[in-house]
Amino acid sequence: MTSAVETIAADFDAIDEPLETQMTLSMGPQHPSTHGVLRLDLRLDGELVVKAIPDIGYLHTGMEKLFEYKKYQQGIVITDRMDYLNPLGNNLVYVMAAEKLLQIEIPERAQVVRVLMCELQRIASHMVWLGTHCLDIGAMSVFFYCFRQREKILNLIEAASGGRMTPSYFRIGGLMMDLPAGFDRRVRQFLEDFPEGMQTFDTLVTGNRIWQSRTKDIGYISKEDAISWGLTGPCLRASGVDLDLRRDNPYTGYETYDFDIPVETGGDVWARFMVRMRELEESYKIVRQALDRLKPGPIKADAPKVVLPDRDDMRKHMDSLIHHFLIVAEGFNVPPGEVYFPIEASKGELGVYMKSNGGPKPERVHFRGPSFVNLAALPVMSEGEMVADVVAIIGSLDIVLGEIDR
Amino acid sequence: MTEKLHEFVESLKIANPEWVGDVKDALGEVTVTVPREHIFAACEFLRDSLGFDLLADLCGCDRGPEDDPRFEVNYHLFSTTHHKRLRLKVLLSEDDPQVESVTPLWKSADWHERETFDLVGVIFENHPDLRRILLPSDFDGHALRKDYPLRGYEPYSMN
Repeated sequence: MTSAVETIAADFDAIDEPLETQMTLSMGPQHPSTHGVLRLDLRLDGELVVKAIPDIGYLHTGMEKLFEYKKYQQGIVITDRMDYLNPLGNNLVYVMAAEKLLQIEIPERAQVVRVLMCELQRIASHMVWLGTHCLDIGAMSVFFYCFRQREKILNLIEAASGGRMTPSYFRIGGLMMDLPAGFDRRVRQFLEDFPEGMQTFDTLVTGNRIWQSRTKDIGYISKEDAISWGLTGPCLRASGVDLDLRRDNPYTGYETYDFDIPVETGGDVWARFMVRMRELEESYKIVRQALDRLKPGPIKADAPKVVLPDRDDMRKHMDSLIHHFLIVAEGFNVPPGEVYFPIEASKGELGVYMKSNGGPKPERVHFRGPSFVNLAALPVMSEGEMVADVVAIIGSLDIVLGEIDR
Repeated sequence: MTEKLHEFVESLKIANPEWVGDVKDALGEVTVTVPREHIFAACEFLRDSLGFDLLADLCGCDRGPEDDPRFEVNYHLFSTTHHKRLRLKVLLSEDDPQVESVTPLWKSADWHERETFDLVGVIFENHPDLRRILLPSDFDGHALRKDYPLRGYEPYSMN
């Protein structure tokens, strides 16, 4: 006769044995924690992920094809819609690739404003990452604190460019227009308030034991794997590779700013979280330095055939009127050639390959989105983890499907 | 600015002169045209001996139906140690747009090659899983080819 206790033990053994059949779970594309329209084909053994296959393309709008039919300056508005959490970064990489082909020098003030706006945008992008990452794992209220900070930055971007999510603020040869009066005062006000916000996040999230147990040792990727899978940005730095294009392939004068590059060696969700949290402070430092450097000066390059003239000049000078007409009606010719221009966007290396054959429209524009490459490494990180952890891993990758599908 | 890159190209030439075709230095970037059959070996040498451990980007380009070779595949190599960038270019004709996959060297090439196959129609030999990635599997044609119309041949229906 078997006792009741022994029967229970035998039942538990049965639970520990692997199931005879594996289950396929289609996660997405409407699942909110896949950050857009990502579908994951999960092969499950109980609650363990045996195989994960990302399926993308639900948001494909053929942007790379569209670039070939638009003039160079018309392409800027398309870039806004790729990584819609970091539109200024997309604007920057596109206009800088075109400027490299045209070999235009950008005036000092325009460069400082570009750095200032890009770092503000990086903070805003990281705010969305933190908010949604916490929301995925179950910390509801952090989302609202994050979006409160992001709202302030979006207001600043709106003040400068007129658009909140789609600024198109950087133009080939400079900026759309100068910063409005009192802009630096508003940024300083934001900088004054932001450390308190950071304090809130640290109290709510970083020191939270539930948060730590949900993120530590989850979604591990080794240094070698991270390089082989082509991870860049915070995901790569979390695996112990000290690489930041702002320092290593500097552009727009980033080499003259003083900032540190946070590196973690854990390679897990927690490490990626910590890298981004520390990056927020570095962006804060850069914004402060850029504000101090903001001196009056021209915001457009001296290239009348490429840069739209001022309205005032158009009323007084005939050549300005002619240039304006030609740029708008026919566009400007870009010398034949090809460039690959990479920047450190908020999610990693955002590169653009631009090829010109001499006309006013590019022959080929290819965007190397950091989310696209980082998402490809999701199976390595999530295989062997629980289903609930897959959600945490997706959050830690900080993907935007608009950029992946283009 | 590009002296170091020319040194890399020289060592590539010393390793096997057949690997290096045309070398172009423009706008601070060096482009090496590699014959199609040698791309895997050249990439392996660059990765193992010259430290190009990260494949930053891989993209295809269609020059237009009247050009021969019609297609090009660009490999943008990057190093996490010396932070230099090198572009390799493979030219492919329209009749035989095939090139060996570099997925065994860099895992990141997987999705890049699938994207290039999907949109430009370049076939990568020995690729583990060469399927369409952005467009639906029953999509007809390759959208980024110059002879593919901007709005497609007919309205596409998901049904």
